[in-house]
Amino acid sequence: MSDHHAEHPAWSEPDAPSAPAGPAHAHAVTPADAADAARLVSFGLQPKLLPARDAEYAELLRRYREDPGFGRLADAVATGLGLVVLEVSARAGMAIAADEDSVFAVRMGDYARRTAADSADRFLHGLAHLAVAALAFPRPEDLADDGYIGRITVNGVDAFVRQTCRRLEQRAEELGENTDPATDAPGLEAAWRVYARRSSTGATKDARRLAGSTTGIVGKAAAFLTESGFLQRTGDEAGGTYRTTPRYQLQVRDMAGSAAMAELLELGVVPVSDGSATLLPPPEGDDLELAADAGLPFHA
Amino acid sequence: MTLPAPAKTLPSPAPGPAADEGLARRLRALACTAPLHDLDVRKANLAGEYGVYAMAEVALAAIDMVTLNMDFDTGADHEQIVTRLLPRVAAQAPARPAAEHERVVRWVLENLINVGSVDRGFRAIYGTFGPDGAYVRRDYDFKLIEEVLGHGGAVYLRTTDEAVNVLVGALDTDVTSAQIAAEVKLEVLISRGRLADAQLAAEQARYRTVQYAETLRRTLDATRRNVRAVDWLQAVPDMIAEALDHVADRYRHENAILTNIRKARDEAEEPENKRRAAELVDIVKDCIRRHTQLQSRLLDAGPLFRAEQDRQAFAAPAPRSGIDLYGQLVAPLLPLPLERARRVTDAFFASGAGLRTPVSVRVGDLVDILLTPPVEREHLGAEMREPDLIATPDDSRFSEEQLAAATRLLDLPHDAPRRLSGLLAEARRSDPDLPYLVALLAVHAASPAVGTAYRQGEERLLFAVDDGTQLEDAEFGGADLIVGTALLDAAGMAADRAEAA
Repeated sequence: MSDHHAEHPAWSEPDAPSAPAGPAHAHAVTPADAADAARLVSFGLQPKLLPARDAEYAELLRRYREDPGFGRLADAVATGLGLVVLEVSARAGMAIAADEDSVFAVRMGDYARRTAADSADRFLHGLAHLAVAALAFPRPEDLADDGYIGRITVNGVDAFVRQTCRRLEQRAEELGENTDPATDAPGLEAAWRVYARRSSTGATKDARRLAGSTTGIVGKAAAFLTESGFLQRTGDEAGGTYRTTPRYQLQVRDMAGSAAMAELLELGVVPVSDGSATLLPPPEGDDLELAADAGLPFHA
Repeated sequence: MTLPAPAKTLPSPAPGPAADEGLARRLRALACTAPLHDLDVRKANLAGEYGVYAMAEVALAAIDMVTLNMDFDTGADHEQIVTRLLPRVAAQAPARPAAEHERVVRWVLENLINVGSVDRGFRAIYGTFGPDGAYVRRDYDFKLIEEVLGHGGAVYLRTTDEAVNVLVGALDTDVTSAQIAAEVKLEVLISRGRLADAQLAAEQARYRTVQYAETLRRTLDATRRNVRAVDWLQAVPDMIAEALDHVADRYRHENAILTNIRKARDEAEEPENKRRAAELVDIVKDCIRRHTQLQSRLLDAGPLFRAEQDRQAFAAPAPRSGIDLYGQLVAPLLPLPLERARRVTDAFFASGAGLRTPVSVRVGDLVDILLTPPVEREHLGAEMREPDLIATPDDSRFSEEQLAAATRLLDLPHDAPRRLSGLLAEARRSDPDLPYLVALLAVHAASPAVGTAYRQGEERLLFAVDDGTQLEDAEFGGADLIVGTALLDAAGMAADRAEAA
């Protein structure tokens, strides 16, 4: 489960209380050890807390990595709470994710109330999260590279998805398809069309973002991910600019990406990839688009 | 009486998809007008007596207004549209209070945006026959005025294609040729003095111009997103060259028209014709402004393409690994039907949104929380300390009285300029310090602030001229300037300024 990264050269050792650590004591688990392990997990449950800012957190992380017995204990505590340990390292801290049925899991209905009744809203909120991830890690190697930091803007994400939808609309038009959905089967409406017909913005009485607009939905996703310790807000331009944290990369790479992919495969859609990035213009055809102000981190 | 029906031998119109397609198109076009009719129907439901207002008329005027005020980059400002619509609404019911007029305008605008719906759009239902002959009811979603994000996060209004089509009618024609036609028509009309028709033609020409700009904006936008999406080898360069020619051509053309109408305006006898011509001048000026804007965009297109190509096409190939979130998830997902696509986004959300620690409340705490009186909010903040003000010594070289005396001295009649030497001597008689101030003002007047005076609409301007005479004075040297006052044509300048604006 845990991924021991060998990247802690500047691992400061503050006035280490070096308690009953060490392999010698690893076999005898004391209540104090269990308390420490649970404490470490509780630090992991505060995703915005950085190990560099908290000496106790840093010390417990060090102990996790140096004392296998303690590490197993902390893993067990996490598992018991319905948590999955993604990585324990200096850069990400104790990166844990919630199991599907854990009390810590976020449910769509709690996230946005309208989604319970309205399947279009439910889709849009989910798509916003997926699009944020897709623009934060535009290329497969960005997701694989531990040192990579993605940058997104709310308006950029919206413009990007909208543009993709517009291309699909144009293609449907070229093929002469009537994409207007049948009235009695709204569930058969093409997904892109749901996004395309939702307005991207709207004036409100109190000058806040219109919650039901697509920028409102993407903005909500970005704000929520910031609360989850996955993004850091860096500015207010273009609807809000954000950069990713190592935790987000782990979460998308090890949890969300594969879960969504499994679901897609179950639907019988097999996306073929040769492992190269499709967000860059492919050599043949122009299936894929880049949105203006998407702020994609291109490497010259 | 009845004629033998030849129709019997004719084939009946095919109920298949081909005939249906045209019908569906017309049904959609018809649907776009429904929101306007709906306004007049629903005005009865408003609290108050609103029957006197012609809501569909206000709505059409609003769509006109937004179309004409749409800029290249953003859109029309909401408040500005409201302000400009007010006179029309006020004219419909002059006796009613202004607040009610404004309410009507806002109501119409909000209904055109359809603020009440979550999509901010309209939906019409129509039926078609599918390829298998089955009758299917379909939803047609459209918008008339949409809200878009401008610079700095402000929200602007744009009319959609549907709205423009509703407004101007069959626009499915070549933009360029339609514009040429409109302008030829305009010239003929002006030469015959039929200004009422000329105004209509000019307004139509302006719709075309706006449309043309919009087409171009979209092409450039697409280029910015993906250079490969646009044919930069032939189609776009051709289009840019064509558009530049077009701009140059229109610019000449419209300037000629402008000159003509200005003449017509000044020579017109009837006040009605004079007013029409003046309006026409405004419209043509607006056309010219839009062309200039278009042209600067066209000139930027080449560099934009090269920069985008550098950014998009020459990225280094990278090692392979990881999931391609876009190519393997987003792209295959969007064409799926909503029900299926939702399962994928749900899965991504469930494992990608992160975790939340559930909030647990103890009953003991709850009682405390509920019984705690609310904290009095300090509206005024902390008390300000009385600021300590220190009087700064007045270190001006000249006093107010001296300035007044000098100004009085230099307040010369426009037909009687004086020599500086005389002014200095007169100043010296009253105050030994005054000549310095007079000399200073006179030297300044040698380079009078003509531009400022023009902008501020001054009627008089002090000036000084050197005619080569040496100044003979104990304290000062240099030229014995001729100081005088020039009268400026304030009214003429104001007219010029209005013209230039």
